[in-house]
Amino acid sequence: MISGRFLRLTGTSGLILLACLLAAAIYVPVANQFIDPGSPFHVNTASVVVFGKYLCFAMLALSIDLVWGYCGILSLGHGAFFALGGYAMGMHLMREIGPRGVYGNPILPDFMVFLNWESLPWFWYGFDMFWFAMVMVVLVPGLLAFVFGFLAFRSRVTGVYLSIITQAMAFALMLAFFRNEMGFGGNNGLTDFKDVLGFDLQADSTRIGLYLLSIAALAVMFLICRAIVLSRLGKVLIAVRDAESRTRFIGYRVEHYKLFVFTVSAMMAGVAGALYVPQVGIINPGEFAPANSIEAVIWVAVGGRGTLVGAVIGGIGVNLAKSYFTGALPEIWLFALGGLFVVVTLFMPKGILGLISHWRRRQPPPEPAAETGAPSSTAAEERA
Amino acid sequence: MNTLHKELTRTVLYLDGISVSFDGFKALNDLSFVVEPGEMRAIIGPNGAGKTTMMDVITGKTRPDVGSALFAGQHDLTKLDEADIAQLGIGRKFQRPTVFESHTVRDNIVLSLAGKRSVFDTLFARAREEEADRIDRVLDTIRLADRAGMMAADLSHGQKQWLEIGMLLAQDPSLLLVDEPVAGMTDAETVQTATLLKEIARDHSVVVVEHDMSFVQDLGVMVTVLHEGSVLAEGSLDHVSADERVIDVYLGR
Repeated sequence: MISGRFLRLTGTSGLILLACLLAAAIYVPVANQFIDPGSPFHVNTASVVVFGKYLCFAMLALSIDLVWGYCGILSLGHGAFFALGGYAMGMHLMREIGPRGVYGNPILPDFMVFLNWESLPWFWYGFDMFWFAMVMVVLVPGLLAFVFGFLAFRSRVTGVYLSIITQAMAFALMLAFFRNEMGFGGNNGLTDFKDVLGFDLQADSTRIGLYLLSIAALAVMFLICRAIVLSRLGKVLIAVRDAESRTRFIGYRVEHYKLFVFTVSAMMAGVAGALYVPQVGIINPGEFAPANSIEAVIWVAVGGRGTLVGAVIGGIGVNLAKSYFTGALPEIWLFALGGLFVVVTLFMPKGILGLISHWRRRQPPPEPAAETGAPSSTAAEERA
Repeated sequence: MNTLHKELTRTVLYLDGISVSFDGFKALNDLSFVVEPGEMRAIIGPNGAGKTTMMDVITGKTRPDVGSALFAGQHDLTKLDEADIAQLGIGRKFQRPTVFESHTVRDNIVLSLAGKRSVFDTLFARAREEEADRIDRVLDTIRLADRAGMMAADLSHGQKQWLEIGMLLAQDPSLLLVDEPVAGMTDAETVQTATLLKEIARDHSVVVVEHDMSFVQDLGVMVTVLHEGSVLAEGSLDHVSADERVIDVYLGR
């Protein structure tokens, strides 16, 4: 009974994804700790961190897929929500350094001492408490998305215009965070973190812990997204994507639905950013760069828009390819990324996942009789 | 005054002196007309006569410059938005069939069912028994019961038109606005659609905008002729087609 219900929640491809995540959660720590470093099966700690990073990117991709794939809101500013979550985490990690900074000030982070600030700005209050920082990780991106979405959706800004203003939002935040007077470390951002909740951030065990936490967060987010898109609300979202005015004329207040999903998605992006920062050890205004948000949209497009599983595949896959290419053929990477997007748009409108289900359909069905009367191929693809 | 008020509340739709202009172009010019409960009314008129703008005003998409629009004698339609008006009980079918293509036929109806429409209601909504019955009844009415599991994208043009009408029915509105329901339909589908609309008109008020004269003839209802944003003539089809002015502007000699 329970397992049947669970399978309905995850879907077949989702179950495979969760199984892969579980396998990765078991294999990577074991291979890191217990397999001899000389063996090809060994995973070094640097790679654990890199995988952890990709998991955060996959969460960002998932959050974009929820708004873009299911509600048709093409946000080109989701990197900003990711960065805000990251900053909230970074602020906590800064406070946790305490007197161990270069200047030894027990309250003020190094950059504030360097700028000759006398006291902590009000918006840094409370970040010394872990729980407060965690609340802010979801609250700040959520609130920004709520206010931004309230204004944009109420004025019925849609399509490319909405994409442009989300992009402008990310750009404006980047410029603001670059300023020293803002109180977020300016150009350099926040870095030199020492530990989180008392665990040394450089220790293997902490890094593995963060990696495992990222896997768990990704799995939970995936299930939340699935629950949303399978609910009747999810059906309304797809309805809005396909025929917004029809949805309005049968009595749904479309802007409320968009606002809900946009805010939830921004909160998810914030959590992804918060898990990202302790693993990479720095957060700076460059994370707000519009190009980052666009790249994240490409991951979703490559993996398969509106499939959730595809977003995760895209987020991890494209970044794996990126680290391979930037290592092996550094000059080529940007061309490869651009080319990838062109190829996907032209030949794989439904991304990798769409391609897979297309291939599976093209194989002769085991019992031809069962196929008669089936609607055209597009229907089955939509369902897959 | 009192008698006028009583008169008003007995109407389903009451438009009085409505004018709308876009950049100086008068789309509606002092338009007035009334739909009684249970009535089916056909609206005809040449392109640009203001038929679609009139529907936009009734459904809250366009605000009139002047004039009043009352629903059931008490709701001021000029002050409400699309979602409010839809929930009050006015359903609208677009000219081009607009259905939710990546949902099944059944889900299209489910989403349209009258009921709570807020974000949290839908997030935690469960399918209910009585819903299933109503869905089946609607599917029977629009003759798509055997295609309930099909993706709406895979329906023929005519079937999409019916599905959209079914979505209106599921909303359970007291007034249906139907814009060119038979555009692009085969002759057989046109005849079936006329039957379907007559069936629906038994317990709903219906306003149909249509170009197809033989279809209007099939419906056999009172006709309002619009021209340059106001009512040119009103009456049975035979009556208005005998009207000199109607012949001049619309039917042609």
